[in-house]
Amino acid sequence: MNTANPAVWVQRIGAEAIELVGRLGHATVFLLKSIGHFPSLLRRPSLLTRQIYSVGVLTVSITVVAGAFVGMVLGFQGYYTLIDFSAESSLGLLVALSLTRELGPVLSALLYTGRAGSALTAEIGLMKTTEQLAALEMMAVNPIRRVISPRLLAGIIAVPLLCAMFTLVGILGGYFASVIQLGVDSGVYWSSIADGVDLRLDIMNGMIKSVVFGILVTWIAVFEGYDSYPSAEGISRATTRTVVTASLAILGSDYILTALMFRS
Amino acid sequence: MSEQHQSVVAIEAVDFHFGQKKIYTNVTIQIPSHGVSVIMGPSGCGKSTLLNLISGRYKPDRGKVRVLGCEVNTLRENDLFQLRRRMGMMFQSSALLTDLSVFENVAFPLRENTDLPEPLIRNLVLMKLEQVGLRGAQDHSPSELSGGMARRVALARATAMDPDLLLFDEPFTGLDPISLGIITKLVREITDALRTTSIVVTHDVEEGLSIADHVFLLGRGTLLASGTPQELLDSNQPEVRQFLHGLPDGPVPFHYPANDYRGQILEHS
Repeated sequence: MNTANPAVWVQRIGAEAIELVGRLGHATVFLLKSIGHFPSLLRRPSLLTRQIYSVGVLTVSITVVAGAFVGMVLGFQGYYTLIDFSAESSLGLLVALSLTRELGPVLSALLYTGRAGSALTAEIGLMKTTEQLAALEMMAVNPIRRVISPRLLAGIIAVPLLCAMFTLVGILGGYFASVIQLGVDSGVYWSSIADGVDLRLDIMNGMIKSVVFGILVTWIAVFEGYDSYPSAEGISRATTRTVVTASLAILGSDYILTALMFRS
Repeated sequence: MSEQHQSVVAIEAVDFHFGQKKIYTNVTIQIPSHGVSVIMGPSGCGKSTLLNLISGRYKPDRGKVRVLGCEVNTLRENDLFQLRRRMGMMFQSSALLTDLSVFENVAFPLRENTDLPEPLIRNLVLMKLEQVGLRGAQDHSPSELSGGMARRVALARATAMDPDLLLFDEPFTGLDPISLGIITKLVREITDALRTTSIVVTHDVEEGLSIADHVFLLGRGTLLASGTPQELLDSNQPEVRQFLHGLPDGPVPFHYPANDYRGQILEHS
C-alpha cells in the first residue's frame, strides 16, 4: 500500500473512525442491556454482595493506605507553602478541599482501576476463553444478566464508598502530618475544615464525580473483558486497554465535571 | 410422519462464512430424532460451527436451521433461551464454572431455569453425578478434577434438565484410554436412557463410529457423505476412504496450497 498517498491516509483515518464509532455504539448497547438487568439483582442479592466484596472490600486496603500517604504529603506540602504567608491556619481546609473535590474521587478511581478494573477484565476474558460464557448461554442463562450486571452495579456502589474512605483517611493523614508532626493547632485544623467545606459544593460534587468514575471504569472493564479475543494474548491486550482507557476516561471526565461544577 | 422418523435438526441450504473464510456452501443436513448422530470431518472443516448454528449462537448467511420444530435463525433472544432449555451441550473444554463446586455446577441449570425445591434439586444432582460415577467428587472444585473427570461433570450438567437434544463438541479429544472408554460408553448409555437425540462432533473415527447410529461426513464446505457407520466404511468415495482410513494424501492434499516450489527455492539463489 502506498503510504505516501494522502488518499490512503484519509481512507485509513476514515476506517479507524468508523470502527471506533461502531465499537462505541456496541459498548453503549452493552451498557444499556447490563443496566436493564439491574432489577433482577433484587431477586438475587447474593450475586451483588459477592461482587461488592470482590471489587470493593478487597480494594479497601490499598485505598486506605494510599489515602493516608496522600493526606500526609498534602499536609507537608501545604504547610511549607502556607507558612510563607502565615496562613497555616488554613492547612486543614486546603487538605480537605483538595481531597473532597479532586484527589479523593480521582485517585480512588485510579486505584480501583488498577486493582479491580483490570481483574474484572481478566476474569471475564478468561471466562470467555474457557467457554464459560458460551456454556451459560447454552444453559439458557443470559451471561449479561448473570455475569456482567452484578459486576457493573457492584462497581457503581463500591467506587463512591472507596472515595469516601480515601478522603476521610486522607484528612486524618493530613492531621497527622500537620498537627502531630508540624505542630499546627488541632482546633484550628478541624475548625477550618468545618467552616470552609460546603456539603453541596464540595462533598456532593466529589461524590457525583466518583459515581461517574465508577460507571465509566466498571463499564470499560466489563466491556473489554466481554469483547476480548479469546486467547492469552487477547486477555492481555484487553486488560491493558482497560487500565489505559479507564485512566484517561477518569482524567478527561474529571476535567469536564470540574468545569461544569465549579465554573461559578 | 411419526416422531421417530422426524428430523430433530434440519439444516436447509445453509451458507455460512466466518470472517473472510467461507465455511459452508449450500449445506443440507437432516438429523433424525433419537439415537446418536456423529458429525465427522477433518480439523477446520466447520464441525463445531455446525453446533453453534444449531444452538443459535451463529446465524447462517443464507438458508434455514430448524431445531426441535423452531426456526432458530429467526428466534428472538427470549425464545432462543426457551429453546435452549430443551438442549444440553458438553464443550470440549468442559466449560465448568470455576467458582462453583462439582455439585453446584450440575445444580446450576436446575437452579437457574426451574423453581424446584432444594431437596429435589439435591436428589437430581446426586442421581446425575451417580450416573457419571462422580457422586464422591461432589464437593471438589473444577480445578481439582482431571480432564476426564471434568468432561464427565460437564456431561452430568448437560443432562441435568433431561434435554430433548444433546450436543457434544469433541467429547473424545485429549483423554487417556480409560477416560475415553468411559465417555464413549456414557454418551451412548445416556442417549438411550433419556431416549434423546445426541449430536456428537468428533474427528475420532473409531470412537465416533462405535456409538453412531448415523454418520455425517463434512469437508470442503459441504456434506460429503452420510449413512450408517457400516455404509460409510463400505464406501468407495475417495474423501470418505481417506478420512476413515487416515490416509495422509488424497482428495485432502498433504500440501497446503503454495507457489511453485522450485521457483521459490531458486528465487533468491
